[in-house]
Amino acid sequence: MPEAPAPSAGPRRWYQRIDWGLAIVAILSFGSAAYVFVKEGPTLWLHILTEDAWLFASILPKVALGCLIGAFVRLLIAREMIERYVGRGSGLPGLAIAGLIGMLFPAGPFTIFPLAVVLMASGADRGAAIAFISGWLLVGINRAIIWEMPFFGTDFVLFRFLLSMPFPILLGLMARAPVFERLSPTPPREDGPGGGP
Amino acid sequence: MIIAFFTVLLFAIALALGTVAWRRGRPLFDKGLADARSQFMHLLPRLLIGILGSGFLAHLLPRDTVLAWFGPNSGWTGTLLATIAGALTPGGPVVGYALGAAALKAGADFAQVIAYVTAWSLLTLNRMLTWEMPSMPMGLITVRIIVSLPLPFLAAWLTMLVR
Repeated sequence: MPEAPAPSAGPRRWYQRIDWGLAIVAILSFGSAAYVFVKEGPTLWLHILTEDAWLFASILPKVALGCLIGAFVRLLIAREMIERYVGRGSGLPGLAIAGLIGMLFPAGPFTIFPLAVVLMASGADRGAAIAFISGWLLVGINRAIIWEMPFFGTDFVLFRFLLSMPFPILLGLMARAPVFERLSPTPPREDGPGGGP
Repeated sequence: MIIAFFTVLLFAIALALGTVAWRRGRPLFDKGLADARSQFMHLLPRLLIGILGSGFLAHLLPRDTVLAWFGPNSGWTGTLLATIAGALTPGGPVVGYALGAAALKAGADFAQVIAYVTAWSLLTLNRMLTWEMPSMPMGLITVRIIVSLPLPFLAAWLTMLVR
């Protein structure tokens, strides 16, 4: 199931090379475009197409800038720096820092989840780890610029951001509830690698 | 106006980061540019297909059904449906955002779309299976899911309050 795209695994089959997310979108998009063209005629079809093409053109500069910012931040900020800040923080400020770093750090899911595990190994509690992941998931700036804004527009994204900004802290606080101690034990602080990975 | 300001702001940030990278050496700067270009080229076809598609999709979505399920009068049932839909949405970000935007255009309530995006962000099964489960301990994932469950409802409720 978790087929890691390992480059050493020899030539991949054709069905492994397909990006299924893109395939779903492509089928939906081309299917509905064809349907509108056939059922409702070329005039309406052209009207919708022009509107969408205009939207697409208007978001391109922002997407390009988002890519540039993401690439430079990734190159300039060392992973160790994040580990130091999130691992050390405790209490409410710790959650806020963890959420903020998750929000600002431009990375994919393949980086974020392993990094959260590393954070816990370097002293962060489950609250901080969850605040970090949630910051990235809910209010990740890079994701919002590149993905959300093109579809929803700036106003929607700004509103959702203002609304969701406190959520990573809230989630971290809830995760710190003692009920969860058995599910995900707090790692021992300052004493090197105590438990397993 | 806000949009123009935002683009200028992004430009300023990109410029500042680029300058810092340039000062640290030409190879780092070039690597940044190359990374950004390859990500942009990866995104371009996805966004193009997704955005063009969401317009046609919004036109085709059955307005009555969208209104009944996710419209202004759909209440908590609508939020629950939006949350489930968010968790079950397959594929990467294009699918989630394209569907959400199409539903909004077809008459879904703003608060329900906020709930959908929140649920999709926090709870989509697709991302959990592909990325989260292979790389994180199951206990931590379980805690994350449990505490995240009320969030789409909280987001929808706050949206209704603010509006």
